Amino acid sequence: MLLEVRNLKMYYETLRGYVKAVDDIDFWVEKGEAVGLAGESACGKTSAMLAVLRLLPSNGVMMGGSVNLEGLDLLKISEDEFRDNIRWKKVSVIFQGAMNALHPTKKIGDQLSEPILLHEEVDKSEAWERVGKLLDLVGVGAERLERYPHELSGGLKQRSMIAMSLVCNPALVIADEPTTALDVITQAQVLKVIKDLRRKLNLSMILVSHDLSVIAETCDKVAIMYAGKIVEFGDISAVFTEPLHPYSEQLIAAFPSVLGEKRELTTIHGFPPDLLDPPSGCRFHPRCPYTKDCCRSGERKMIEVGVGHYTACDYKVGV
Amino acid sequence: MAESLLEVQGLKKYFPIKLGFLKSLTSEAPLVHAVDGVSFKIEAGEVFGLVGESGCGKTTTGRCILRLIEPTGGRIVYKGDDITNLPLEREMRRLRRSMQIIFQDPYESLNPRMSIYDIIAEPIRLQKITENTEETLEMVKRALEEMRMVPPDEYLYRFPHELSGGQRQRIAVARAFVLEPDFIVADEPTSMLDASIRGEVLKLILSLIEKTRCAFLYITHDFALARYTCDRIAVMYLGKIVEKGLTEEVIKNPAHPYTEALLAAVPVPDPTARRTEVVIKGEVPSPINPPPGCRFNTRCPYANERCIKEEPELVEVDKNHYVACYFPLI
Repeated sequence: MLLEVRNLKMYYETLRGYVKAVDDIDFWVEKGEAVGLAGESACGKTSAMLAVLRLLPSNGVMMGGSVNLEGLDLLKISEDEFRDNIRWKKVSVIFQGAMNALHPTKKIGDQLSEPILLHEEVDKSEAWERVGKLLDLVGVGAERLERYPHELSGGLKQRSMIAMSLVCNPALVIADEPTTALDVITQAQVLKVIKDLRRKLNLSMILVSHDLSVIAETCDKVAIMYAGKIVEFGDISAVFTEPLHPYSEQLIAAFPSVLGEKRELTTIHGFPPDLLDPPSGCRFHPRCPYTKDCCRSGERKMIEVGVGHYTACDYKVGV
Repeated sequence: MAESLLEVQGLKKYFPIKLGFLKSLTSEAPLVHAVDGVSFKIEAGEVFGLVGESGCGKTTTGRCILRLIEPTGGRIVYKGDDITNLPLEREMRRLRRSMQIIFQDPYESLNPRMSIYDIIAEPIRLQKITENTEETLEMVKRALEEMRMVPPDEYLYRFPHELSGGQRQRIAVARAFVLEPDFIVADEPTSMLDASIRGEVLKLILSLIEKTRCAFLYITHDFALARYTCDRIAVMYLGKIVEKGLTEEVIKNPAHPYTEALLAAVPVPDPTARRTEVVIKGEVPSPINPPPGCRFNTRCPYANERCIKEEPELVEVDKNHYVACYFPLI
C-alpha cells in the first residue's frame, strides 16, 4: 500500500467553535492507482488533502489520525524533514486554479526547475533538460521553456503545472480540481494528458473534484465525502453502478449525461449541514429519504460490503 | 405560422480594443468580433439554449437582445416590433417589464445591503405596478412561495449573506419572474451551484416557465445540462451559430464537426461507458482576426480548401435541423 490514511481528523478553530471539516476519515491508495475524492463544496475534500500535505491554514488543527506513506507516518515527522524529504519528492500537488499559481514574471523553465534545484544536487542545465522532457510529455513542448505564463493559454498553463508536479518523480500526485476552470474541450485535452501519464509512468494519484463525471473518466476508485465524512469508498464501477449509500446514490443520479436515454435528474432536498454543529448520528439523515430512527444517533462506522467496497450505511445491505 | 415572440436577425456585436494614445493616432482600433451574424427565433413557452465554450459570444448575444449592450448590427424583433433602436430611457424601460434576466453568480447579482423583500420588490417599484405596499408585499410573498421559500415571512427581512448559494439563486429567479415577464435570459443560472442543489433550482425554473408560458433563452457551456432544460439548442463557435435544432436531435446526431467534438469532450458520469475519442487539437482562434471561410477550419479534421475560401451558411439538413458546414456528418 502506498498511502494509508486512518482516522484522520482536522478541525478549523473559529470564534464560534470547531468546524469539523475532516472528521475521522479512512482511505488508501495502492501503487499505480488513481483514487477520486468526490463531494460538494465545503464537504472537506480539499481540507483532507491539505491535512495529508501538512499545508494547513493558520486556524487548522490536527485532531488525530495517521497518514502512512510507504510505511512512514507523515504526521509524526518534523516540519524540516517533511519539507526536505517528502514535499515534491514523495508527494506533490496540483492546486485548484493552478493556471493562476504560476509566477507571472518568471520563465516557465525557471519556475518548473525550482523544485529540482532545491531538492537535488544538479546544475541548472540538467534541471532544464529534465523539465523540457516533461513538457514534451504533457504536450506543452520543450520550446516553451523560455516563455512566460501570459504567453500560454489556460490549458497549456494547467499542463505545465502538471509537468511541475512530476519534476522530482514523486510517488504520489494530488490534483485538486485540476480542470475546474477550463472549457470543455480543454478539459478533455488535460484529462487525456493525465490518463496518458498514468499509463506511461504508472502514476499514483488522488484526484479531488466536485465533478463525478471527471472522476468517472479518470479514476480506478472513488471515495465520496459528505459533511466531513467519507460515506462510501470502493471500486469506481461498483460505486457508480451499485451505490450503497443514499447520498452517493442521489449525487450520482444528479449528474446529467449526454449519453444514453434521457432520465430524470435527481435532486437532494435541503442543503448540507453547518459543520460547526453537524447533525448527530448519520450526518446525511436530515436529507435522506430512507431515514430510520437508528440513523439519528450513534457513530457511523464504515462497513465492508463487497470486496473492497465500503459504506457507512446499511440500508441496502442484506436486502 | 404565427409570428415568434422573439426573432433575432443577423445580430452583430463588435467591441473595439482600446489602443494607447500614440497608436490611436496612426491606426484604427482593431475589433473583437464577439457576435457575428446570429439569427434565431424563440416561441412563447419555449426554452432555447445557446451552448458554447467561453468567448464564443453566447453571453454577449443574450445581453444584446435585452439591449444591456448596444448591438453593432442586425435586428431584434420582439412581439412583432423592432426594438433594436428603441430609445433606452423611455420605451425600452417600459419593455423591461416583460423582459428579464437571471445572472450567473448569485453572490454578485444581489445587493448585499438590501433585504430579500427590497430585492424582489425593486422591479415592482420601478415599474410602478402596485398601488400600495400591501399589494407589493403580497406579490413578493407569492414570488417566494413559487420558489419554495416557505414560509415567506421567514425570508423577507433577511439579507443575502444569510442565505446559501442555492437560496440566493432562487431569490434571483424570484426577482426575474415576479413581474410575470414574457421573455427571460438566463446566463448560466446554475453553474455556481452544487450538483445536489442545481436540479431543484432548474425544476423550479422549468415549472414556472410552463406556468407562465414565458420564452426562455438559456445560456450555458454545459451540454449535458442543456439536454435537461432546452427544447431547442444552438451551438455557437467564435461568434456564429454552427448548428441549431431540437436538443435530442442535435445530441444524438450532431451534424457539425465542432458539435461532435464538443459532445465527445463532455465527461460522462459512467465509468463503464465506452466512448469514441474525438479530441480536437489546438485552441479557439482569436476573435480579433477570425479565420476566413468557416471559422472552425483551423481545427476541423474534415476541412478542405473550400472551407478556407468560402463561409458556409446555415442550411436545413434534416427537419428543423440546421448546420453551417459543407460536409455535414449526417
